[in-house]
Amino acid sequence: MTPILKTVAILALAAGLAATPAAGEPVLVYSVGGKFDGSFNEAAFRGAERFAADTGEPYRDFEIARDADSLQALRGFAARGAEPVVAIGFNQAAAVAAAAKDYPQTNFSIIDMVVEAPNVRSVVFREHEGSYIAGLLAAMASKTGTIGFVGGMDIPIIRRFLCGYRQGAASVSPDIRVLFNMTGDTPAAFADPARGAELARGQIKRGADVIIQAAGGTGIGVLQAVADAGVLGIGTDSNQNGLHPGHILTSIRKRVDVAVYRNFADTQAGTWSAGLEVLGLAEGGMDWVIDDNNRALVTAQMEAAAGEAAARIADGTITVHDAVSDGECPL
Amino acid sequence: MFETLIFVLDSTARLSTPLLLAALAGLYSERSGVFDIGLEGKMLGAAFAAGTAAALSGSAWIGLAAGIVISVALALVHGFACITNRGNQIVSGVAINFLAIGLTALLGQAWFGQGGRTPSVSGGGRFGELTLPLAESLRDVPVIGLIYYELVSGHNILVYVAFLAVPFSWWVLYRTRFGLRLRAVGENPGAVDTAGISVTWLRYRAVICTGILCGIAGTYLSIGQSASFIANMTAGKGFIALAALIFAKWKPVPVMFACLLFGFLDAVAIRLQGQQVPGIGEVPVQAIQALPYILTVVLLAGFIGKAVPPRAGGVAYVKERS
Repeated sequence: MTPILKTVAILALAAGLAATPAAGEPVLVYSVGGKFDGSFNEAAFRGAERFAADTGEPYRDFEIARDADSLQALRGFAARGAEPVVAIGFNQAAAVAAAAKDYPQTNFSIIDMVVEAPNVRSVVFREHEGSYIAGLLAAMASKTGTIGFVGGMDIPIIRRFLCGYRQGAASVSPDIRVLFNMTGDTPAAFADPARGAELARGQIKRGADVIIQAAGGTGIGVLQAVADAGVLGIGTDSNQNGLHPGHILTSIRKRVDVAVYRNFADTQAGTWSAGLEVLGLAEGGMDWVIDDNNRALVTAQMEAAAGEAAARIADGTITVHDAVSDGECPL
Repeated sequence: MFETLIFVLDSTARLSTPLLLAALAGLYSERSGVFDIGLEGKMLGAAFAAGTAAALSGSAWIGLAAGIVISVALALVHGFACITNRGNQIVSGVAINFLAIGLTALLGQAWFGQGGRTPSVSGGGRFGELTLPLAESLRDVPVIGLIYYELVSGHNILVYVAFLAVPFSWWVLYRTRFGLRLRAVGENPGAVDTAGISVTWLRYRAVICTGILCGIAGTYLSIGQSASFIANMTAGKGFIALAALIFAKWKPVPVMFACLLFGFLDAVAIRLQGQQVPGIGEVPVQAIQALPYILTVVLLAGFIGKAVPPRAGGVAYVKERS
């Protein structure tokens, strides 16, 4: 071995050792978009941070630059004995399936997608339950009787979210009109705020005075247009109430942090199990936010109605139609 | 019905603006013989610079200046590669697109830590909507009031700049000495050189014009139409602008109509989504969204007449072969 090669080998080894988690250390692999995306990945990061703060246990995390990096990262961590390896986002599903097969002794977990393997826990959310509450609040807050929905890419889970929203609105009054638009049919539809703003303006011109965004980066434009026009918007995924205080009615949160926390905590307690975990309102996987930024917008009556609906969904007296598994939206 | 039409046209104006600015930008460069598929990258760079500068300074005008500076800088990189070093214009354009996509996301993340987003700006940090004189008082006049109030008034200043840039570009290209030489250098740079005019300097000036207009287009995206930069927010608009430029056969006034047509189709797609159209039923939105591309392909296939690019386009000028 030449000296240069030797140096390289030693450096590589050193780098490898530096990143080696202690055996059993939990690992989090973020989706494309990065740790501080203000939404999905950041919520995962918060969950892991909370776990670290609560237990004093360290954890490791990793950001992938593109989907293709995922498999390598997952296998690397599994090879070094990480436990569990939690992957965020549906786009890592194929990588998780492959890595789980190669390392049957390691526990993997995927958030927001289902992978069937004996050593994988799949966590998915009942987003439609959250959007039901959003629809109910929107319908109660609307003065015109028309509310809006701007989705990102036209995919089944966004349609399901829409369906929940319409059901929530219909539960207040069957006469509520719900305008809805999808931004596009490519992933770019989640990153086009200008078009989102234009869709929202179109809905406002047609009378909508409460508009929910389910469109990632596009949604920033939706909420901007809503604030510009002086009507109300509803945020999703993370708490967006602070983006335009006084103009965001509420935010429907998908508690990715809860999912990550539970994974880490279950492993620590030795109760981790593989299989499907579905988080809805009852499990604290979906919720809606009231803070100082929207306190004045939500009346006591609205808060009570939303609370009651949430309780009834949780105990099963209200079933929100799931447009993905139960077929076409009935509305 | 009439009201709906006005709203759609109003939306058309807003959606056409970035396309129009970018297509006019491409016009200068391509008429001088430098193909530019890097419009997208320049817009994105400008959008990021404008978003960042506006967020830090709180002034939309400083944002605009920053957007133009960055866009011109990228245009000069393209110029240096293709004019001075006679590199391949397509390769250089692609490189600029990649550079802009990667660099804006990276710097945005490194500086602001919000997933490549810049902080939202409000008030003076954005180009707000202008209400033209008399708009409020004419508002209740039937027909004219609605047209004036909804359609003509109430856009931000960059929209007006974009539409004024059309007659201005026409005047520059067809009524000034610079324009004559610009067109000539795109058709026959040898003749221009023989007349004792520097081909290099002329082409550099053309790409600088491109940079300025792309800078305005990018600024419009981040702090005119929206309130912050978002990673990859151009979403292919630079390429649609390029299609509009080809569609319009590299002429300023037709460029405006092509961009308005594309913007109109977009606005209609937004309006028609999920609605029942008499006689047809629910129109698939994908069909309308694909129309700009279909129209361009139809044109390129020769159905609406031939689009002939500037003759020296894409070819680096070699003064003398040794």
